[in-house]
Amino acid sequence: MMSVETEIRFTLNGRPVSLKVPATMKTLAMLRDRLGMTGTKYACGEGECGACTIEIDGKTVNSCLMYAVDCDGREVVTIEGLRTPEGLHPVQQAFVDHGAVQCGFCMPGMIMQARNLLANNPELTREQAQRGLEGNLCRCTGYTKVLDAVEAVAGKNTCGRATP
Amino acid sequence: MSETMEAITTYLAPRRLDEALQAMADGDATVFCGGTDLAPQTESGARPYKSRLLNINRIEGLGGIAADGGEIRIGATTTVAEIRRSAALAEIAPVLVEAAEHFASEQIRNAASLGGNLCNASPAGDMSPPLLVLGASVELACWRDGAAHTRRVPLEQFFVGPGKSVKRPEELLTAVVFARPAPGFVGRFRKSGPRPALEISTVSVALGARVADGRLSEVRVAMGSVAPTPLRARHVEAALEGQPLDATTIAAAVAAAAEDAQPIDDVRASAWYRSHLVKVFVEEVLDDVRGN
Ligand SMILES: Cc1cc2nc3c(=O)[nH]c(=O)nc-3n(C[C@H](O)[C@H](O)[C@H](O)COP(=O)(O)OP(=O)(O)OC[C@H]3O[C@@H](n4cnc5c(N)ncnc54)[C@H](O)[C@@H]3O)c2cc1C
Ligand code: FES
Ligand code: FES
Repeated sequence: MMSVETEIRFTLNGRPVSLKVPATMKTLAMLRDRLGMTGTKYACGEGECGACTIEIDGKTVNSCLMYAVDCDGREVVTIEGLRTPEGLHPVQQAFVDHGAVQCGFCMPGMIMQARNLLANNPELTREQAQRGLEGNLCRCTGYTKVLDAVEAVAGKNTCGRATP
Repeated sequence: MSETMEAITTYLAPRRLDEALQAMADGDATVFCGGTDLAPQTESGARPYKSRLLNINRIEGLGGIAADGGEIRIGATTTVAEIRRSAALAEIAPVLVEAAEHFASEQIRNAASLGGNLCNASPAGDMSPPLLVLGASVELACWRDGAAHTRRVPLEQFFVGPGKSVKRPEELLTAVVFARPAPGFVGRFRKSGPRPALEISTVSVALGARVADGRLSEVRVAMGSVAPTPLRARHVEAALEGQPLDATTIAAAVAAAAEDAQPIDDVRASAWYRSHLVKVFVEEVLDDVRGN
């Protein structure tokens, strides 16, 4: 038995989108399977790892838990939306420069969360970054270089509010 | 993703409370707010959906913190992140803010609602112990005989078992209310798990009391994850009420904790460890209050 489908409209990375989604579909599945936006990753599916982190109305959430129908009328930003005309977003560039990326699977979520923290607090301290990234698990890096990268961006004020 | 029997025939995201209550009136609606409990429960197949799926996030007036009067009111859809950031609550009820501070991750706090935390009725729900020591009540609304009806239930009487509350299927939790704590009120919250964040409480303890001349009065102590529901620790309270907060009283309160906590062994911790931890936390919160 399939659940009822509902038409929703929202802004995705600055562009209007409208589509029909089943009532129980999660935002992560909608992004990846319906919209082909595979930058946002599926790992635990239970809110534990943060790989699926996206921004909705300026706040980060785990898209694996969020009902897609609840995107209706809202602003959604995914990792694809961080790209700037010059290329990588400053947070992405800092992660590259500091060797903070290994397999990379956690990185879309990690960078979405880090960028949001920096946008809300350009003077973010290392301790604040550590707390703010508690919901993002990484099996590779040991976090030290991730924090180095975030610390390097803090104070530079290059993370002003989204949108791309 | 599991193949559960999904028989959802209607999805609704009403703007008015009346519309939501009418849609729930026959008890055949599944409500969601942040979805942080509902999504995993339904994905795993542990919980079936009812025929209507009701999104309460668009209902006007169901969120927000009203802290000006003698009665503090927190709307059901208020998120844990909003509670954590509330300057008003930090002043009036820091014990609640402290619990929000130790709640999950930022991504979860941004989605998790106060109403969802209480309606999920987990013995480990972190909003419960602080609200129990604040003497909070919940407002439950339903649609009957062509009109909305609201009843108030003290939080103490709300929980009846793991995942179970006195809320009827046709009722929506609309708000949490508590009287503005009197001057001299102090509150403390301790929660434990193997990690500081993203941890379902192995044990949690909250204390609320008035402190004057080194004595505690109007003492309320609440515990999470030590019984089928969050509970008031009556024996600990009795050991503290009216007593000078000295080493003898603290020792008596710690001993009394064993009478209130009836923990079980589960995947997260053994009953022995929980019994030990609850005593440690009772001692810690009391030492902390004494130190101030
Ligand atoms: C990774 C992870 C970590 C977590 N960590 C913690 C933690 O540290 N502490 C903690 O306490 N919890 C934790 N939780 C549990 C969960 O996030 C909270 O219980 C949260 O507050 C639930 O709110 P919600 O809005 O997401 O509820 P939902 O999932 O939307 O709803 C929960 C339940 O309540 C019902 N419901 C919701 N709102 C209402 C209402 N107003 N009236 C009637 N029924 C309603 C729903 O039908 C459902 O049964 C965690 C969950 C995850 C996935
Ligand atoms: S995939 Fe969403 S938190 Fe892990
Ligand atoms: S870089 Fe591999 S999981 Fe983080």
